[in-house]
Formats: sequence, C-alpha cells, structure tokens
Amino acid sequence: MSGKQNRLSVELCGLALDNPIIPASGTFGYGYEFAELYDINILGSFSFKGTTYEPRFGNQTPRIAECSMGMLNSIGLQNPGVHAVIEQELPKLRQVFDKKVIANVGGFSVEEYAKTAALLDECEQVGIIEVNISCPNVHNGGMSFGTDPKAAAEVTAAVKEVTKKPVFMKLSPNVADIVSIAKACEDAGADGISLINTLLGMRIDLRRKKPVLANKMGGFSGEAVFPVAVRMVYQVYEAVKLPIIGMGGVSSAEGVIEMMLAGASAVQIGAANLVEPFICPKIISELPTAMDKYGIKNIKDIIGGAHNG
Amino acid sequence: MLKQNVFEIYRNYMIAKDTFVMVLKGEEHGFTVPGQFANVKVPGLYLRRPISVSDYNDGQFALMYKTVGVGTEQMSMMKPGEKVDVLTGLGNGYDLEKSGDKPLLIAGGSGVPPMYKLIKSLVAQGKTVDCVLGFNSMEEVFLFDELRALGANVLVATVNGSYGLKGFVTDAIAALPQDHSFFYTCGPMPMYNAIRKVLDIEGQYSFEERMGCGFGACMGCSMMTRSGAKRVCKDGPVFNSEDIIWEDQK
Repeated sequence: MSGKQNRLSVELCGLALDNPIIPASGTFGYGYEFAELYDINILGSFSFKGTTYEPRFGNQTPRIAECSMGMLNSIGLQNPGVHAVIEQELPKLRQVFDKKVIANVGGFSVEEYAKTAALLDECEQVGIIEVNISCPNVHNGGMSFGTDPKAAAEVTAAVKEVTKKPVFMKLSPNVADIVSIAKACEDAGADGISLINTLLGMRIDLRRKKPVLANKMGGFSGEAVFPVAVRMVYQVYEAVKLPIIGMGGVSSAEGVIEMMLAGASAVQIGAANLVEPFICPKIISELPTAMDKYGIKNIKDIIGGAHNG
Repeated sequence: MLKQNVFEIYRNYMIAKDTFVMVLKGEEHGFTVPGQFANVKVPGLYLRRPISVSDYNDGQFALMYKTVGVGTEQMSMMKPGEKVDVLTGLGNGYDLEKSGDKPLLIAGGSGVPPMYKLIKSLVAQGKTVDCVLGFNSMEEVFLFDELRALGANVLVATVNGSYGLKGFVTDAIAALPQDHSFFYTCGPMPMYNAIRKVLDIEGQYSFEERMGCGFGACMGCSMMTRSGAKRVCKDGPVFNSEDIIWEDQK
C-alpha cells in the first residue's frame, strides 16, 4: 500500500491492520485449511482456535446443529494444547502467514489462563492475546469467568501480569449486563474487548425426541445473532474507552460497516467462514464499493459513528 | 482438493424408495478419489449438506442421497436446469493401493453410493471385486444392476427377504469364498459392528458425522482414533480398520 493511502486500514493497540477483517477463533483452525484455499495474508489478522494448556478432545459428537440463519456448536475447545501450538502450529503457520496472529486462550482456572498466556507471550508471531472467558461448552470454566465481573477481572489481571502483548477479553452475551463485565475487564487492565461469543441454545430432534447435540446445549452463531451483537458492541462502546473487536453474525461488507458504526475498531467473521469458505476475501474486495455507496472515505473514520456526540 | 463452484442440475430423479440421484454439470470439480463427498448449499438453510458422490468424470458428477430431513427433501424437489452451489473434492476417499487382487466391498443402505466409482476404479485396475449390499427391503434396493454391469460379483441381502438373500450383509459374506485380500465398507454403525466380528482381514471404513464446514475448519465432526483426534470431514471420512477405537463408537 506504499504511496497510496489504504482506505481499509485500522489499528488495534498499536497493531496496524491492512483491513478490519479477522476470521474468528474456532472457525479458522490455525489458518492452514484456509491457506490451501486463498492467500490468507490478505486478512487483517485472524484469531486462532481457542487454545488451552493441556490438549483437549472436546465434547462427544454430534456437536453441530442446524438453526434458522445460524448454527449451534458444542465443540468444547478441542485443541492440541499450547505446547503443540507453539512447537507445531505456529511454525507451520509462518510458512503461509507473514502477519501477526491473534492468540485465543481458553482455560479452566485463573492460573491456567495465565500459564497459557505466558507461553504465548514469548511468540513473536502473536500480536494480540484474546482471552476467551465466554465458551458456553465447557463446565467449571469458560463462560463462568465471563458472567461474573469479579471473576472476569481476576482473569484479566492474571493474564496482564504475564504478558506485554495487548490483552483483549472475549465476552459472553449470556449475561444480564454486558457493560458491567466490560467495565470490570477495563478496570483490571484489559487493553481491549472482543464480543460477542455465542449465545447458549438448544435444538431437539423430533424423531429421537432428544436434544440434537450430545452435550444438549451449544453456542448459537450465524447471521441470526447479528442484531444482538450490534446492540452489545454499541452498549460497551458507550461505557468503556477500550478498542472493541466486534463479532457475531457478520457475513457482508455492509455488516462490517454496521458493526464499526456501533463501535468496533475491527470485525471478526465467524460462522460465515464455515458455510462460505471464501467469505473473507469476498468481504474485503466488496468493502470499498460498499464504503463508496455510504459516502465513507476511510473505514477507520466511522468507528463508533452511530453514537451521538 | 476443495473447490467451490456453481453447478447446473442435469438430472435429479428417484432410483428407489426415498433415494435420489442428482447429476451435476459445470466447471471443473475437485473429485479425484472414490469415497469423497460434496457439501451442498440448499437455499434457505444455513449449513451445507454433506452428500455421497457415486461417480464423477470430466465435467460432471453424481450425488446419491436419501431423503432424511428438510435439506435432502428440498434437494429432491430441485429441477434440471437449476443451479446449485457445491463444495467438491472433500474428504480423503478410499485408498485403492491397499486393495490387493481380490477386494471385498460391503455397503448398507445409504452407504451404497460410493461403491459405484470404487468398483469402476478397481475393475479398471484389473482387480476381482466381490461386493455385498444390504437393504431393509426390495423397495430400497438400488445400484444392484449397475454395479454388476461394471464387472463386480454382487450379492444382495434384504432384512425381510423380499430381494436376494434373507438376512444381513454378514449372511451374504458367509456365502462367499473367504479368500479376500482387503475390504472397503460404507454403511451404518450396527452393520460395522456386525462385519468387524466376522472379518479377519484389514480394510477401510467410511464414517458419517454431523458436520459444520466439511473441510476441516470447525472441528465439529471429530473422532478419536488410535493415531489421535481426527476430523471425519478432512482426515476421513475413510479410516483404516486398525486406527478405529470401536469402544468409542455408538
């Protein structure tokens, strides 16, 4: 982009992104499957699969269910563990991705989050640490840290303690008051907020007369959750001074613009990657035309633009 | 190799009770091995539908499916000339190198479709192919004549005895000389549990699971194997008999 200003560039805590498009954790693996399909360097960045300290298989199958304009998943943080990520996945990723990646961290205790984050802090490829305190699919952890302001603050402080990299706390929408959780993270030293994770849901199989998912409940994502996500990004933008990565049902250039008007500095694309594997390149190529249509010169100028004064 | 294209429906018709074939024409597809699958975008539904591929050649391929829910029911009503968005070339497919000189193919119900291209490929390599098919009843039988026409020795068993042998695929296997070099199978879990008790040769099983993406990104369809956690959609759907942990299978 030398010599010419990039209309799509944004910035997250000093990390310059060529565009605001970031595939969301859990829909993009460690980048490799999509690198077989297109040059993933066109992305702003991507958030890798939620990584825990120990390897995890996750929940029993079936762990996917169809919904109107969306889907349920109950994967349960399947991942090879942080050591395998650092020793195998990141070197493999380096072959196909020159940019900084967002490291998504899951955990079952405050100590585990900190131990995992401390190891990722030493990885030069990691630009941001995104702490998932909102996974609805694991017991005794995950979402329980994201539904209590005090617990959210404890995880935030513990991770901040062990890393110099920007820390984004990924919040759950399954709360009465999203603002109190976001504020607790801000007060505990978070550098940014990612939201929303999936909404807790269920489907029942009429033939078997039992829940479709082996884990019974799962996280609802896809286009149907978009208005909920826009509302929460808007509320959190009003209440905290931190940059926000907005996500939840975004599947078009217009959706990206709407999410940024609500207050997002960058936008993650989640479930849409699974049903339209080329959705991110498509959005990136369509953004300039959509911006022209709505009279937007540079995308970073519209962040929070829907708020008064 | 995954490819996403829009294909035109050339034919889409019923071949047995609740069983249809959809032949798609269009740009190049990604199928290279028998046993791979397609992931079909059905208008109005969010997730794509993973469907078996029975045959492919230059410029066209055939999806064979049973109507088991809203997705496949909607597919069955599509008309020639309509366009369909399909991810092709998904999954590993069967390993033809392992067949030996006299492979045994075993398929039950909706597991029968991949046997078509598999037999075609094995016969083309000069192999002697025995094939055993299992169905519930005569109305459900499909591909029997077509598979015989490809040059395989095909036996059919139906549970109610209305067609072929009365009984299960294991009864049909027992009626054959036990001199097979390898087996390939596709069918429901109860069939797998029955055949693994009567076969003492190595083989490959094709697995089915609810999928999110179909190309290895979401980890929705994982299964634990003796060589670690594998994705049915990307590392499978075909797994070697020695890798499968049967106690984990429902």
